[in-house]
Amino acid sequence: MNDNTPKHHERLSAGMAHLGLDQVTREISDSEPPALAPNADLNFIGRNTPRWDAVGKVTGAACYTVDVQLPGMLFAAVMRSPLPHARIRSLDLAPARNFLGVRAVVTVIEALSDGHAPAVRYVGQPIAAVAAETLAAAEAAIKLIKVEFDPLPFAIDIESAMRSDASTIYRQDEAAHIPVAGFPFVADLPLEGNVRGPSKREQGNVNDGFSSADFIVEETFFTQVQTHCCMEPHAIVADWREEGLDVWMSTQFTAGVRAQLAATFQLPLSRVRVRAQAIGGGFGSKSQLGQYGKIAVTLSRLSRAPVRLVYRRDEEQMDSGNRPSSQQHLRIGARRDGKLTAISLHAWGSAGIAQGAGVGDIAMALYACPNLKSLQFDVFTNTSPSTAMRGPGNTQGAFALEQSIDALAEKLSFDPLVLREVIDLSPVRREERRLGALKIGWAHRKTPGFDSGSIKHGLGMAQSLWMSNVQINSACEVRLWRDGKVEVLSSVQDIGTGIGTLLQQVVAEELGLQPDAIGVRIGDTEFPSGPPSYGSRTSASITPPARSAAWQIKNALLQSVASHWNLDPQQLKIQDGWVQSADTPPRRIPWKEAVRTLRTDRISAVASRSDDYAGFHSRNGDSAIALNDLGGVQFVAVTVDTQTGVIHIERVVAVHDCGRPINPLQIESQIHGGILMGISYALLEERIIDPHTGCMMNPNFIDYKFAGPSGLPKIDVMVLENYQGLSATDAYGVGEPANIATAAAIANAVYNAIGIRINTLPMTPARVLQALRDANKGPVDGIF
Amino acid sequence: MSDKTHKTGKDQTKPAAEILGPGAVSMVLNVNGVSQSIDVEPRTTLAEALRTSLNLTGTKVACNHGACSACTVWLDDLPVAACSVLAIEVTSQKITTIEGLSETDHLHPVQKAFIEHDAVQCGFCTPGIVMSCAALLAHNPHPDAAEIEVAISGHLCRCGTYPHVIQAMLSLANKQEGNHE
Repeated sequence: MNDNTPKHHERLSAGMAHLGLDQVTREISDSEPPALAPNADLNFIGRNTPRWDAVGKVTGAACYTVDVQLPGMLFAAVMRSPLPHARIRSLDLAPARNFLGVRAVVTVIEALSDGHAPAVRYVGQPIAAVAAETLAAAEAAIKLIKVEFDPLPFAIDIESAMRSDASTIYRQDEAAHIPVAGFPFVADLPLEGNVRGPSKREQGNVNDGFSSADFIVEETFFTQVQTHCCMEPHAIVADWREEGLDVWMSTQFTAGVRAQLAATFQLPLSRVRVRAQAIGGGFGSKSQLGQYGKIAVTLSRLSRAPVRLVYRRDEEQMDSGNRPSSQQHLRIGARRDGKLTAISLHAWGSAGIAQGAGVGDIAMALYACPNLKSLQFDVFTNTSPSTAMRGPGNTQGAFALEQSIDALAEKLSFDPLVLREVIDLSPVRREERRLGALKIGWAHRKTPGFDSGSIKHGLGMAQSLWMSNVQINSACEVRLWRDGKVEVLSSVQDIGTGIGTLLQQVVAEELGLQPDAIGVRIGDTEFPSGPPSYGSRTSASITPPARSAAWQIKNALLQSVASHWNLDPQQLKIQDGWVQSADTPPRRIPWKEAVRTLRTDRISAVASRSDDYAGFHSRNGDSAIALNDLGGVQFVAVTVDTQTGVIHIERVVAVHDCGRPINPLQIESQIHGGILMGISYALLEERIIDPHTGCMMNPNFIDYKFAGPSGLPKIDVMVLENYQGLSATDAYGVGEPANIATAAAIANAVYNAIGIRINTLPMTPARVLQALRDANKGPVDGIF
Repeated sequence: MSDKTHKTGKDQTKPAAEILGPGAVSMVLNVNGVSQSIDVEPRTTLAEALRTSLNLTGTKVACNHGACSACTVWLDDLPVAACSVLAIEVTSQKITTIEGLSETDHLHPVQKAFIEHDAVQCGFCTPGIVMSCAALLAHNPHPDAAEIEVAISGHLCRCGTYPHVIQAMLSLANKQEGNHE
């Protein structure tokens, strides 16, 4: 995008800081700020600046969407399908419309134009919605809606949906309208029965590759459906007014929701405002406007009043998104020296009624292998649509790939780390393996099933891979007021990652001020469009333009002071809250006086994300994939109690890279979150659907288990300073890589403990005991 | 096609007022040292009354079934899940919410420690965890890691702040220990 601007050569730091830095020379635009020094030479970047919004969050003052109350606000409730698959013969909304306090009713399910009766395809699918003066009235009213259903046969799991006699969920002519679960996603694939695909990737010839292999491993892996469990449910307050649409929403992408609202309701972008002040988690499920968003806005338009729609926890668990299930058949061939000759993957996944249940490209991308083939299929089931979830695809994929690589290492009589030295070309992960292995004491790792007692110890590891995403459509404004106050503004939202703190640190560094002196105004589309908080792209996308804008403001201020002093602005610099000159004797004035030289009350600079200095790997619309990848290596120590089947995670060592770390403590927080979500995925979490009714059996926080604070492992986090000279901040993301390797590392540690592979998630005590019994290593019959 | 048509929708034989149940009643709640009169339906939970009638939105409702403790407040100095108590049940008790934990413009030591150790991510579960931690410290100024774990064992946090919460609390326990010696 800076193709026409003058360029110059700039020398930037490159390499891993703890091993010594090199320099790379890049041709960069003159509109880019000069190279940023390594963290060791900076004042605020690379330090643990306290979270910008922490005071509001610890005092309860932070305003989440669920806290927004507007005068005259109505409350919405959604009438949902009680059946997993049915045609709607008739729908009568009148009893709801006539109920006390009801102000608007809307049909959500759309009648098809070709004369077919509308279908419901999963339990919990929205059929109609009501806005009323109280939530109690809205909830009472939806129970009065009369629907006659003609039930249809249904399938809730991949196996039954793929049977030849299974009833089809979509007709061919509906294939173009199947909802999209989020990436990974390939458009326009063939549909046959309930199976869509394959999404195909091929390189070389896998048949030749397997023929030349000395060893082959082959196994099928199964992963379950996981739900996001955001603590703040999906929530929106929509206010349709003459002058425009005003929306508060718990969303990961204010600017994206604005664009979707404008398109859906045919409004100009300028007449739609989306705000998200505090956001109680997202993990992928709050990436889109969603059906609930459209429902609330439609009800507001109909009732001409603000409408609040907040999902109950059971709605949240049933119908706000989930991670698709998967079945992965993975075959890997290798030569005696460890070099891979072929990898072939056949994967089937179900995103419920949505498409996009792939298991990612990790098996095709993590290791060097000349012959690759991957065929991935969506299998439609009568369950709620998935959405992206933390490391979508690759988290499922890593569970299969990293166990298979370990199995291959054992066949080759290689240590798992030694095999990875042969097949993983990344110097960053090599260093991560070295550091992690030292920290966890890999040298003391025993052979599988070594312990003689009933409590078996195991050590395992697995690697993470995530593409390094950048949002091109990302802008940031920095304002300087004549009273000395500085503000940084963008529509970027903080879902708990701490992006606001990073903006403070970057702007403070450039302007020589303290981070807490920088006012943060984000989560509002009235400000320049920021990136989404998904795809681990936020830091990479918004911190470079924040620095560029701050640099422009600094130059403007220096220009102003220079005119005042009749000096060349090149002779001035800003340091520690002072502007000073390079002449002798040096002149200096404090910030407060310097800003008084400004001609106007406020100056402002807006900068947008430029391309990475070495270009991008690829780009697609508003987003691009950087040349680097994001990774990380995780090591886990477990014990397995062979009497009870209980797996206990004793220790986790996580070594990650995200370019330049801007706030190490916040990064550690996020990595803790990824690991804990991974532990839960490995051991606890599973959406359970009753096969007889299609109903979710655990739509709550009692029966749906995820990790609480008890019995946590000791977690050591190490984050590399990995400079690449790619942008004004050289910062990249970490949220998803932190989650991708965990379950696979646990599975490999469990194998090391008991000498049995658990190929199915979650690894519950029942599954562990069954596996032990099948291998005749279990508790003696009669104990249970 | 299946055998049988399935129908939903109750027949509305009862008047709306009866469907909706008893109307609002007046009650007095003692919240953060102030007695306040509110009108809420008898079925209203304490969490809902605090949030909607008293605009004390720092108390968060995440599960609304007593499983996650995000809505923790103190009833006579003991932490409870405000989603699982009816407002009308607690008119004779002293209620303390996150807004009443510290004086305006002053942070409670737990709040300061949470900030210092980054024991906050999305922050939605945070007020509840702060209330449980502050209650623990009030009874036991020098908790060890196991005692801290028990005190917060009812809380769920999807962002995974637990390790930093425990570090924050240990720093307080140790700090106070140091002061005594």
